[in-house]
Order: sequence, then C-alpha cells, then structure tokens
Amino acid sequence: MITVKYFASLRTIAEMEEDRIEVENSISMDQLSDIISKTSPKMGEFIRDKKVMISVNQEMADSDTIIHDGDEVAFLPPFSGGS
Amino acid sequence: MSTTTDSKIRIQLEDFSVTDEIEAMKKVSRNIGGITTFLGTGRELSKGENITQLNFEHYPKMAEKKLEEIRQQAIKDYGIIDMSIIHRIGPIEIGENIVLIVAVGEHRKETFVACEWAIAELKRVTPIWKRETTSKGEVWVQDTP
Repeated sequence: MITVKYFASLRTIAEMEEDRIEVENSISMDQLSDIISKTSPKMGEFIRDKKVMISVNQEMADSDTIIHDGDEVAFLPPFSGGS
Repeated sequence: MSTTTDSKIRIQLEDFSVTDEIEAMKKVSRNIGGITTFLGTGRELSKGENITQLNFEHYPKMAEKKLEEIRQQAIKDYGIIDMSIIHRIGPIEIGENIVLIVAVGEHRKETFVACEWAIAELKRVTPIWKRETTSKGEVWVQDTP
C-alpha cells in the first residue's frame, strides 16, 4: 500500500487530501499516474505533463522514481512560503 | 509544534516574539559580534488586490526537514555561528509576523549574506503554501517574488 498526499491547490483538483493505493511490490510514476487518472483525470494529466513537483518519503523525486510498497508519495504545487 | 525558543527550526500556529528569538540566539555563543534578522509580515496589497487574510499550509516533517537543511547549509557555506528559522502556518492577519530568520556570526558580513540566501532558499525548496483571501475570493499563490 502506498499513501498519496495532495497539498494546497492540488487538493481541489484531486478532490481529496489523501489516498491509499494497493500495489504488489513497486510501480513507476507513469503507472501511478495511470491509477490516479482513473479517479482524477485532471490530476493524472498534471503528473504526466510535469506540472507538479513530486516527493517520495519527504524527498524530492521525479518521473523516473520507482515507488515501493509502503512509500509516501506527495504531489506538491509551486511553493509560496516566506511572506 | 513547539512554541519555546529552544528549537532553532520551528513551524507553528502561534505568533513569535522577535526579541525573545534574538535573545535566545545570543545565548548560543560568546563570540557573536553580528546578528542579521529577516522578518516577513502579512502585506495588504497583492497584484492590485486588497488582501483581507492570509493562510499558510505546510507539508509536516518535510518542511521542517528542509528548514533544517537550509540552517545547516548556511552555517557550512557562509561561516556563520548559527541560524534559527521560524515560520507560522494557519490564518495570518495583515501586519502579523509570518517568518523570522536570525543569523548570528562573529562579524556582520557573513550574517547578511547567510540571511538573504536563507530566505530565498526557503521560498525555493520548502513545501509551504500561501492562500490569499480578497474580495474576489480565495486563491493559492503560485509564485512569490
């Protein structure tokens, strides 16, 4: 099982804050975006078009990162902290 | 989330006292000869719109980890003695404190550059997001100068 988190504006696009997805062992980011597309086509498009940043287990990742069972994947819109 | 001045990296709902944070950092070393602070506050005007409220959200654990990395990098690269970084989350009124960076060093020069680098790096790598409320509604800010 992997945990998928959506933050800020992406929560509205995905229409959820968090999701849990069953995986056998490991999957590619493309496979994950295909799974996400089934429930949220727009979110899947955002991931495929690299419009969002991705982290895996709180470390920045990219479209080549392999996701393993137990990982926490987060989709992150552009940051705007500071002031 | 801690509200004491013990931890040098904090993300908290509560406001902070700039004076207390500076005093806490002064206790780090007797060799401190210069302190530079950056204080970010809630601005009323954004892109011609009057903001009535700001709201900050963060990715817990990852945001704290990034701030600690910035602190460590600033100490290593600029030769400062230490740095503290505090960022508030949740609703922020206009004029309220948002973020404070305190860089302490033996001399002023390294603290100036370390502080300027740290706030730019915070904006670049830390998973924190700002939502502005105006008369037109709420919008997540996607880019900050």
